[in-house]
Amino acid sequence: MNLALALLVGLFFAVGVYFLLSRSLVRMLLGLVIFGNAINLTIFTAGRLTREIAPIVPPGLEVPAGSVANPLPQALILTAIVIGFAMFSFLLVLAWRAYRMIEADNTDSMRIAEPEDAPHPPLSY
Amino acid sequence: MTGIFTGATPAADWVIVLPLVLALFGAALLTMLRRASILAGGIAVLVIAAIIACEIALVSRILAEGPVSMTMGKWLPPFGISFTADLFGAGFALAASIVTLVLLVYDVAERDPREARDGFYAMALLLLAGVTGAFLTGDLFNLYVWFEVMLIASFGLIVLGGGAGQLDGAIKYGFLNFLATAFFLLALGLLYGLLGTLNMADIMRVAPGANPAPMAGIAALLLLAFSMKAAAFPLNAWLPASYHMPPAAISALFGGLLTKVGAYALLRTLAALLPQSRDWLDPLLTGMAVATLLIAPLGAIAETNLRRAIGFMLIGGIGAILAGLAMPTTDGIAGAGFYIFHAMLTLTALYLVAGLVEKLTGETDTRRMGGLYAANSGTSILFLLLVLAVSGVPPFLGFWPKLLLLQTGLDGGDTLLVVALILNAFLTLIAGSRLWAHVFWRAGPEGVYSEQGMANMRVLSRREAGFGFGAAAALALVIFVIGLWPNPLFAAARIGAGDLLDPARYVAAVGLAGGVP
Repeated sequence: MNLALALLVGLFFAVGVYFLLSRSLVRMLLGLVIFGNAINLTIFTAGRLTREIAPIVPPGLEVPAGSVANPLPQALILTAIVIGFAMFSFLLVLAWRAYRMIEADNTDSMRIAEPEDAPHPPLSY
Repeated sequence: MTGIFTGATPAADWVIVLPLVLALFGAALLTMLRRASILAGGIAVLVIAAIIACEIALVSRILAEGPVSMTMGKWLPPFGISFTADLFGAGFALAASIVTLVLLVYDVAERDPREARDGFYAMALLLLAGVTGAFLTGDLFNLYVWFEVMLIASFGLIVLGGGAGQLDGAIKYGFLNFLATAFFLLALGLLYGLLGTLNMADIMRVAPGANPAPMAGIAALLLLAFSMKAAAFPLNAWLPASYHMPPAAISALFGGLLTKVGAYALLRTLAALLPQSRDWLDPLLTGMAVATLLIAPLGAIAETNLRRAIGFMLIGGIGAILAGLAMPTTDGIAGAGFYIFHAMLTLTALYLVAGLVEKLTGETDTRRMGGLYAANSGTSILFLLLVLAVSGVPPFLGFWPKLLLLQTGLDGGDTLLVVALILNAFLTLIAGSRLWAHVFWRAGPEGVYSEQGMANMRVLSRREAGFGFGAAAALALVIFVIGLWPNPLFAAARIGAGDLLDPARYVAAVGLAGGVP
């Protein structure tokens, strides 16, 4: 199980990085999503996969009896998913606005902040 | 071990979360009031004044008693999320709120009353909440959350107004910073898998016993993530591509706060949490520090856009902080911490003065500026003072942290870092004084040799002179005075560095010393 998940995580990372290396904004966004999910799966796997019972504290006790599954990685992943989704939505809208305004979805042709014909350094003193 | 506190949290401990509570509630309130610009500005200033008061109380308490900690929800420390402030965290948080207060005042000058810039105050407070949270938290996952709060607020600020250039800058800024926090999340997921804890004090206790090979990998991932946030060479390309696009007040806010949080996180994670793994990365840290120190000011020399050039100077300062991290003695870390404090104040002021220059000339390119000295000598004095402070000329603020770093380097025999630090000071001075000579000293723009100066020079309106120049001058005065009396800061930096390197007091404050792991 661990091995299968590790391979899956590796595949996700490879695909995510491949997309992120593209110059097209839409592909980069897809790359970010896949990259983020690779990280979520990493946390899930790193938190140990066990076939334990759910971590519910029985009435009258303060800690669960016997060994239970670790709920913390899932809490971490849930937070990370929410944050990642918010960031992704913002970047998606940003890319769309940039496409409307600059008429480019290719980072090579987005050169307003860093003009392509940048001047030579001033020679005077 | 029951895992739950039964007593109430002492009232005095609330001082550590109060700055955050105030900032978040202030941001929520100002979001509701975003149409009422003047009222919102007044409320924002009051909220930040209250935050500063809390942080002064926090700093004085830390000076008296050592690090302060509070754990949420009455869960015992390794389980509950702790907020733990030592002198570095609280001091940087204080500097961040002072800088934000100055910026809110400056922004009045920049705001065209007819131009709608809804939500500036709310997002500035949200950014301050993220920065303060990152400085005060004692939990790695919580640090990630504050990084994201900071990131989303800065996204909002960088596109405010929505010019094409801002969108262009925001795309590069947004993608690369989101990727950096993703790497941080990956590192902390792996760290949790290895150690089973994310509480910083708990990590300090269990990390020395962990398998060093995966720990070195995690430390390398953290270095990658935070160097990207801090814009250290070779991960700095997003900064000169984006910081000069938004209005000057916003780029000053970014230049003063965001990269410094990344640098602080580097110190916290590599020097305090994983010192053994830091030793593995030492050659890499030295190489990055030297490259950043030398390449960034060369970029500033070659640049003709005023605020882009200042961005390169900012990156050079990150190199000095990395140099401190590469020499992990008390004085080295103290120098790095002192440098972060200096850079927060000085770079903000420098961006503000650059904003004034852009208002006076109506240009962003130094080739089309000139003769400003005759038109506005006050601005020219401020600019020169700040250039001297950034490059580290003796009586000014930037000299003292560099002195600490140089002494540490000479004592420890780190010749490479010493040479790079000195060369960086010279190159930054060349870059800064060339900017000053071009913008202020020569008679007119490039190619014009008359005494007429610039044809289209403006005079600052009363509003701009009062709020804009006033705010920049006040901050520059603070920098100047601290530069003349640096002794309290030396003492404070040594205390902070001591707590960072020897976690005993920090761990004790969280309540873990001698407890069951």
